[in-house]
Amino acid sequence: MLIKRKAPWWNVFYLIEVISGLLITMKHFLFKKTATLQFPEERREYSDRYRGLHYIKTVNNVENCTACMLCPTVCPAECIHIVAEERADKEKYPARFEIDLLRCCFCGMCEEACPKDAIKLSNIYEMAQVERIVLEKDVLLDQRGGK
Amino acid sequence: MDFPILWMKIAVVLVGLLATVPIMLFVERRGSALMQDRLGPNRIGPFGLLQAALDVVKFLFKEDRALRHTNQAYFTLAPWIAVVPAFMTFAVIPFASSMDWDGRHVSFQIANLDVGILYCFAIASLGVYGIIIAGWASNNKYSLMGSLRSSAQMISYELSMGLSVIGIILSFSSLKLGDIALGQGQAFFTVFGHTIPKWGVLIQPLGFILFLISVFAETNRLPFDLPEGESELVAGYHLEYGSMKFALFFMAEYINMAVASALVTTLFFGGWQMLPGFPYLHHVLFGSAEFQTQEIARVGFEALSFLSKIAFFMWLFVWVRWTIPRFRFDQLMHFGWKVMFPLSLLNVVLTAYLVMKGVL
Amino acid sequence: MNAEIIAFIALSTIALVSALLVVLRENPVGSAFSLILSFFAVAGLYALVGAHFVAALQILVYTGAIMVLFVFVVMLLNADKPVLDFLKTSKWIKMTGAAAGIILLIVTGIALQPARTIQATGPWSTEQLIASGGHTRVLSLSMFSDHLFAFELTSFLLLAAIVATIALAKRRRS
Repeated sequence: MLIKRKAPWWNVFYLIEVISGLLITMKHFLFKKTATLQFPEERREYSDRYRGLHYIKTVNNVENCTACMLCPTVCPAECIHIVAEERADKEKYPARFEIDLLRCCFCGMCEEACPKDAIKLSNIYEMAQVERIVLEKDVLLDQRGGK
Repeated sequence: MDFPILWMKIAVVLVGLLATVPIMLFVERRGSALMQDRLGPNRIGPFGLLQAALDVVKFLFKEDRALRHTNQAYFTLAPWIAVVPAFMTFAVIPFASSMDWDGRHVSFQIANLDVGILYCFAIASLGVYGIIIAGWASNNKYSLMGSLRSSAQMISYELSMGLSVIGIILSFSSLKLGDIALGQGQAFFTVFGHTIPKWGVLIQPLGFILFLISVFAETNRLPFDLPEGESELVAGYHLEYGSMKFALFFMAEYINMAVASALVTTLFFGGWQMLPGFPYLHHVLFGSAEFQTQEIARVGFEALSFLSKIAFFMWLFVWVRWTIPRFRFDQLMHFGWKVMFPLSLLNVVLTAYLVMKGVL
Repeated sequence: MNAEIIAFIALSTIALVSALLVVLRENPVGSAFSLILSFFAVAGLYALVGAHFVAALQILVYTGAIMVLFVFVVMLLNADKPVLDFLKTSKWIKMTGAAAGIILLIVTGIALQPARTIQATGPWSTEQLIASGGHTRVLSLSMFSDHLFAFELTSFLLLAAIVATIALAKRRRS
């Protein structure tokens, strides 16, 4: 629907509005600081609550995870796959722990559900890869920031 | 006709026009970025200056696809039809006053045609065929829409462009661009001992505004870039084009801009007439030099003035592009026929009356 | 002189061939483009005989404005098939067209008989043109003094055509 707005008669020529618009862009051109972050050199500071790349917390080189299956249960994207096994020093541990990063939506539910404070989301947000990857357990055991 | 000098002038103009393309590419990218509080491409070379050069390399090495659904002959022809008139128009624009050198009279204009401005308009009006043929030969709905829009827009704004210049032609009673540039050096009036020259913008303010707006429409720059219309026509007439063929369209746009700026400068801003302060500088630096050196310096200063005026208008093109949103098509037509056209007619009548009374 | 003759032959060949193509081509858009080329070549011929003003106007008005409108309309109608199919069936229309063409050729030939000499005369000779300040000035002066009545009559004719067009377009809509 065509809405007729009341406008002063000189708006027919657009010129005054155009000139004021030009002054605005010139103001930005000359004086405004650019918002660009020069990425590889400058990096944005995120708070510790940022939900980035996952890792499994270890204490004395033993993973906290007991393969209780709470995180794959709660995961809305169903991207966590755990195979549990037994080993001498630990009654139940994840023999395989895979996170499909392409499916993960970084909601942080796994972190919240974990009773042993094992699965954590780090500050790392650079996850560009050249191939489709599934995070294996050995990668996950890398303590990223270790918060 | 002195042929070596003529060829030299043609070479200078061609190279100069070709050089504007990468320069404008850089200015447009970085300028638009700064206007939007960004930085723009700044990685390749100092300040990102080499980005344009790499773009040229990219265009050269890209695959030139032969699309089966297009009309091959016209499809190949269209970019050339767009780009050649853009170059041709510059032939009649003077970029410095004439000088006597080595006993010869050298004018800094490729051809001083009797029909000057009309030649410019005639050749510039051919450029639209590149767009029309491209859109039609692409055999694509969006492209055809773009070329339809383009043809309607060209007709509408060519009219007011032609009429807005008639005021200038009447005031200087010549169609030759050389005469018009020369005539703008006359004194108009004096304020506190300073002589104000008779620049076109002072005697034809309305004509200047109308001409500037029409020129924006004729070059398809942003408030009037409906043939391209990224948001609704994807890319309009050059949607199917890639590699060097696209680059030719790109060149045509920027060279048209350069020619349009040169025309605005010549008609309304004194052409090669020196900028304020330059005559003084010339006097101080070369006042005591030999006559020959003095002449060459004068031509240099004039060419510099001309270039800086063109540069300002090129910048204006970029500035306006990143400020004003696109017109809707009905707004475009309304503006062209119901605002621009009557106003340019009014300007013609007014100027004719003033010229008859001997005011101008 | 030699270059002039070569240019003349080239331009007139282009003009004639593209004019033929206008009639012979099936595709309306293609024939419109041929017409543009023909007009352009004719403008080149004008420029060759030194009538720069007429050449510029030829390009500006015919090639630059009217043909754009032509192409616009042809594209808008999307006439991919030949619109004038009935021409192929009716023998009478064909014959009338041919006769009209021949008569036009004869009339033009007779009308141009006095202008067979290459040398321009009166105010149109090169010396006179230079003396009176250029082709444009001479043309405008003669148009607005000696031939003012014919000029105004022509513009009146065009005005009548515009009024008629508007009247026709309006009637069809209601």
